[in-house]
Amino acid sequence: MAATLAAETHDSREASHWDRRQVTWFVVAIALFTIYPFVDRALGINRLGSWLPIFVTIILAMGLNIVVGYAGLLDLGYAAFFAIGAYTNAILTSPRSGLVQNGYIPEFLQHFWPAMAISWVVAAIFGVFLGAPTLRLRGDYLAIVTLGFGEIVPNVVVNTPAVTGGPLGLNPISAPPPIPLPGGYDIRFGASNQIAWYFLMFAVGLFSLFLINRLHDSRLGRSWMAVREDEIAAASMGINLVKTKLLAFALGASFSGFAGSVYAAAFQYVNPSQFEFTVSISVLSMVILGGLGNIYGVIFGGLIIASFDRILAEELNGPMHWLGRQTDIAFLEKHDLNSDRLLVFGLALVVMMLVRPGGLFPNARREAELTEESEEVTVRQDQQLYDIRHENEPAVGERA
Amino acid sequence: MEFNGTLFVQYLIIGIATGALIALIALGYTLVYGIIELINFAHGEVMMMGAFFSISLIALSGVSADSAGAAIIGMLLLTLVLAMAFSALLNFAIDRIAYKPLRNAPRLAPLIAAIGMSFILQNIGIYWQGSNPVRPPSIIPLEYRSYNILNEWFALDTTIRFRLLDLFVLVTTIPLLIGLTWFVYRTRIGTAMRATAQDREAAALMGIDVNRTIGTAFLLGGGLAGAAGLIALYYNDNGWYRMGFRYGLFAFTAAVLGGIGNLTGAVVGSLCIGLIWSMSDGFMKQYVSGWGAQWTPSVIFGVLVLVMVFRPSGLLGEQTVDKV
Repeated sequence: MAATLAAETHDSREASHWDRRQVTWFVVAIALFTIYPFVDRALGINRLGSWLPIFVTIILAMGLNIVVGYAGLLDLGYAAFFAIGAYTNAILTSPRSGLVQNGYIPEFLQHFWPAMAISWVVAAIFGVFLGAPTLRLRGDYLAIVTLGFGEIVPNVVVNTPAVTGGPLGLNPISAPPPIPLPGGYDIRFGASNQIAWYFLMFAVGLFSLFLINRLHDSRLGRSWMAVREDEIAAASMGINLVKTKLLAFALGASFSGFAGSVYAAAFQYVNPSQFEFTVSISVLSMVILGGLGNIYGVIFGGLIIASFDRILAEELNGPMHWLGRQTDIAFLEKHDLNSDRLLVFGLALVVMMLVRPGGLFPNARREAELTEESEEVTVRQDQQLYDIRHENEPAVGERA
Repeated sequence: MEFNGTLFVQYLIIGIATGALIALIALGYTLVYGIIELINFAHGEVMMMGAFFSISLIALSGVSADSAGAAIIGMLLLTLVLAMAFSALLNFAIDRIAYKPLRNAPRLAPLIAAIGMSFILQNIGIYWQGSNPVRPPSIIPLEYRSYNILNEWFALDTTIRFRLLDLFVLVTTIPLLIGLTWFVYRTRIGTAMRATAQDREAAALMGIDVNRTIGTAFLLGGGLAGAAGLIALYYNDNGWYRMGFRYGLFAFTAAVLGGIGNLTGAVVGSLCIGLIWSMSDGFMKQYVSGWGAQWTPSVIFGVLVLVMVFRPSGLLGEQTVDKV
């Protein structure tokens, strides 16, 4: 689906809009992430395990960006799809799962790769299932319904132990088979081999980034943005609102299916408490911090918040306690930064809304909508876009 | 299965008390939504802060279950008043800091800010009382905790329990509800609030100070939430930084069920949710095996989703038309 849509419109203007500096940044980022695991091992940093959940949350943020950033539908229950992805994988492949034990799952499906593909589809189906009845709701009502859905899913998971293992969760979960390399080496996905998992997640992340970029530039992607900016105008231009919004929900959800199944496999364990409301909001705060609708901004926002959550809070505790002892400030000495997670998510949301509603790296179009007097801005931009007169001549409506 | 009347009445009592408690919170949602169409997501946390304030205040005062009866009752009344004032000011401050600058922004901007405020307050709650549930300081003497009014006062020979705590909820809640109704329908500023809810611009043109009116709505809602915090604290005999989230969402469901923006609706919706809550917690298990409190969140959020999807205007609300 995504491939055909992307192929249809690969001449889109924005796709080729990268200047040299952006390409350099992108290449540098890829290179850094590629050499990091080896540096980590060589220097004995031992932080690879923390990068796995960071990658997962970034994939989640990219997926949520489709729903909130591109299509403008505020989804407060995104963790539910993450849970559905993770549990689909677990239920299909874990020897503890009731369905596997009773022989309902054919043998060839009880492996990582088929399970991952199915998780992707199942999450998308749930996206449609949730989206279909809620699409006619106004923005804030839609947000609350998705929140309700996000609360129901973990609750049902806890209460159906026969299928999901209940509050105890399910483990182990099937890992990908070894990938043979030339020269007799294998890449093995064991609990001890975190480099393999790191690159698997990195690859899934890049693959998602590629797909989402193609979607953004496709006809569907442009319809999302049209719907986000003005539903009525979009409908009168012939965009099918129901189909467009449903696809936003489904495709947005599908990426969390990816993230969920990889997450479940990497940690060999799923448990309902991993998919609480806090997860939905932490992912939302990444999208908002980075910049709604700008995928690179979202990735950056995800890096900041997730690395605070998983690495920085622990690493900074030591220096802060030291500073507290030096300066005799009891607060600095005793305080545990790990207990500030909710504050960080909350501040990201409030401060960004008040100071920079477009995020750190605003999407130009999206920003125009979130600020006051947006009408004027868009009108002026459009006039410049379609102005065919000589460049030096001031456009109508532009102030001298 | 035979209908168990005694059990039904028992859960009816619990349901009504719970519903009254939820109504205090739901009114805060409805007051604010009625005027500025904002789902004040941090409202549940305002209630939690009211509860935490009460814990600290009572612990500080040194009044305990061993003190004289008059001291206990006086302290509870004082805590009620101060917790209401604290939560009212907190709610007002939240509005000034986080929502007021976004008054003319798109609808989702203040909602996102409200979600952020809710998380900030939860974290403050963790700093204040830790991340585990705490028991409130003991102030109600032991013999009154399970004091059954039906046995003791009316000398009825029944196993149905109508505890002093249930009465405590009702005698606190009902006067507050009457007071609010009086305020909104009988005072000048209440009239201004209703006018602003109907049409903000027209109200401003008539000389109503819209900002003051909005501030009043936040003060009123916060005050009721503070009272709810104190009541919930002793009704459940526990306080937690997450108590506001759960109560807040259930109360929001109640406000939507009754028709958001409608004061009577909020109370009716709250009683419905309170009854659904208590019946699902205790009464349903004799009809459906395996049913119990663990399913209650799903049931109530299911109600929320169904109402939102099929009747977004609620039971008593008017059909609102989306403006182009």
